[in-house]
Amino acid sequence: MSRVLMRGNEAIAEAAIRAGCQCYFCYPITPQGELVEYMARELPARGGAFLQAESETAAINMVYGASAAGVRTMTSSSSPGISLKLEGISYMAGARLPGVIVNIMRGGPGLGNIAPAQGDYFQATKGGGHGDYRLIVLAPSSVQEAAELVMLAFDLSDRYRTPAMLLADGMLGQMMEPVELPDPIDPATIPGRPWALTGAVDRAPNVVLSFDLDPQGLKEMNKGLQRTYQEITERELRWEEVDTEDADLLIVAYGSMGRIAKSVVRSAREEGIKAGLVRPITLWPFPYARIRELSERVSTVLTAELSAGQMWEDVRLAVGDRAATPFFGELGGVVPTPRDVLSEVKRYANG
Amino acid sequence: MPMVETRIPEGYTKVFTRPEALSDAQYTYCPGCHHGVITRLVAEALDELGIRGRTVGIAPVGCAVFLYRFFNCDFVQAAHGRACAVATGLKRANPDLVVFSYQGDGDLGAIGTAETVHAANRGENITVIFINNQIYGMTGGEMAPTTLPGQRTVTSPGGRDTRLMGYPLKVSEMLAQLDGPCYITRQSVHDARHVGLTRKAIVQAFRNQLEGKGFSLVEVLAACPTNFKMSPEQGNTWVVEKAMKAFPLGDLKGA
Repeated sequence: MSRVLMRGNEAIAEAAIRAGCQCYFCYPITPQGELVEYMARELPARGGAFLQAESETAAINMVYGASAAGVRTMTSSSSPGISLKLEGISYMAGARLPGVIVNIMRGGPGLGNIAPAQGDYFQATKGGGHGDYRLIVLAPSSVQEAAELVMLAFDLSDRYRTPAMLLADGMLGQMMEPVELPDPIDPATIPGRPWALTGAVDRAPNVVLSFDLDPQGLKEMNKGLQRTYQEITERELRWEEVDTEDADLLIVAYGSMGRIAKSVVRSAREEGIKAGLVRPITLWPFPYARIRELSERVSTVLTAELSAGQMWEDVRLAVGDRAATPFFGELGGVVPTPRDVLSEVKRYANG
Repeated sequence: MPMVETRIPEGYTKVFTRPEALSDAQYTYCPGCHHGVITRLVAEALDELGIRGRTVGIAPVGCAVFLYRFFNCDFVQAAHGRACAVATGLKRANPDLVVFSYQGDGDLGAIGTAETVHAANRGENITVIFINNQIYGMTGGEMAPTTLPGQRTVTSPGGRDTRLMGYPLKVSEMLAQLDGPCYITRQSVHDARHVGLTRKAIVQAFRNQLEGKGFSLVEVLAACPTNFKMSPEQGNTWVVEKAMKAFPLGDLKGA
């Protein structure tokens, strides 16, 4: 392991290659351009396949095909492009195909802008595409964590045979930080894929499908998916806590906002406010139980997001009426300073 | 339906049998539909070239969605129109696979136009079987991009009005203009001679892939008697007298 200075987008690309990603398909969009460029340069040189597709829709369907062939595969985009990929993501979920999707979020809706935002939380965690499916959603708050979580995304996706998303924003994609890159994985550790389409020699044909016209059959298929989602919820919850032991005011924030909130907790403590932070790392599954538990001991649970309040709904589900649940958000790609958030914290601490 | 055991009398030889690349499953196609013949021709091509064990087929959305049941090889079902993108992913991940897609005119020529054109233009080393029956079959007979001027469908009840609905899309002619594809041909299965020619074209399209020559597409004109509201025989006549006029048979690029 060596410490290098890297941009978030590049660290994600490098970590994906080290995770054994053999096929990467993309369509250009800002602010994740460096990820595409890095893959174009590095992946073919290291024995993988890089292809710039004609659209986001085509790119995710190429991921669908490569995954069906049995290799680790990834696509990346930013908000409007992810909207186009939702059809393919739903098909991957239905067909039980692993694969990693990176969303470097930007301002929306519509064309929006290319500044950092967190307006795709609903899209990522509540489905987005059609049907009863879930997406494993991992939200890093540093370049280091982005590199680690993209490797985890491949592992979880393979283990549970379901697509996984790395949900970051333009700030993380663009910022440069020192990062200790994880060692490349040993390909022998990747779980076998006896279901993959490798040619039916000495075995019955394998088929990859996301449909069953018989309602009873489709019900069983859906029940299988729900069992997997239940298992993921029980085993794969991840979050970080800062100063929650004696906190009276809890901030819940993820990604770039989680990083800002961490420094806000420090400043608040210096001013005598007992603030704490829960930073969800898995946005789906969401750490409802832990937030609920903490909400018994605090007066206020403040949700902070770069959106109009999307994760806020999950926080309120967790907290109920056990504590006040105010919201602080910024919109349109505007990133608040720690001081903005601190003054909000002070308002509730003194109220 | 129970399978009937047929005893071959002494002195006789069995000369016609089910291709190894087909499973025992019965087709779900309607009487007089040309899909059945074309599905079989693809299976015969896999047998002839001995490639069943390294082939992955891609089923479209539409009447051929059940192809995975009929074939005795690995199969994946793709989202509507995306078969060429899925084929690209399979082939780039494992170039040793023989990859074919089997798509109708709505799938390939309407919702999947972009995926088709760009896979062709990249010279993607795959084989595409394109069934042009000028109608959406499975959804109930709606107008297709290939529906003929004046042709009545449930969404062009007064006949396709070209002023409002445009003209039949000549997909193969468009693709033949590109540098990427190596072989683009249009065939038909309305009689025994043309079945033979289509079979030859499909074998060629797979042979091209085995030789690494790139994108091959065999368009096959077909009848959908159910949605044409015709008898199977009238369906064949439609292909000869109507479809072939708008879509002339022959090689459009390569051979």
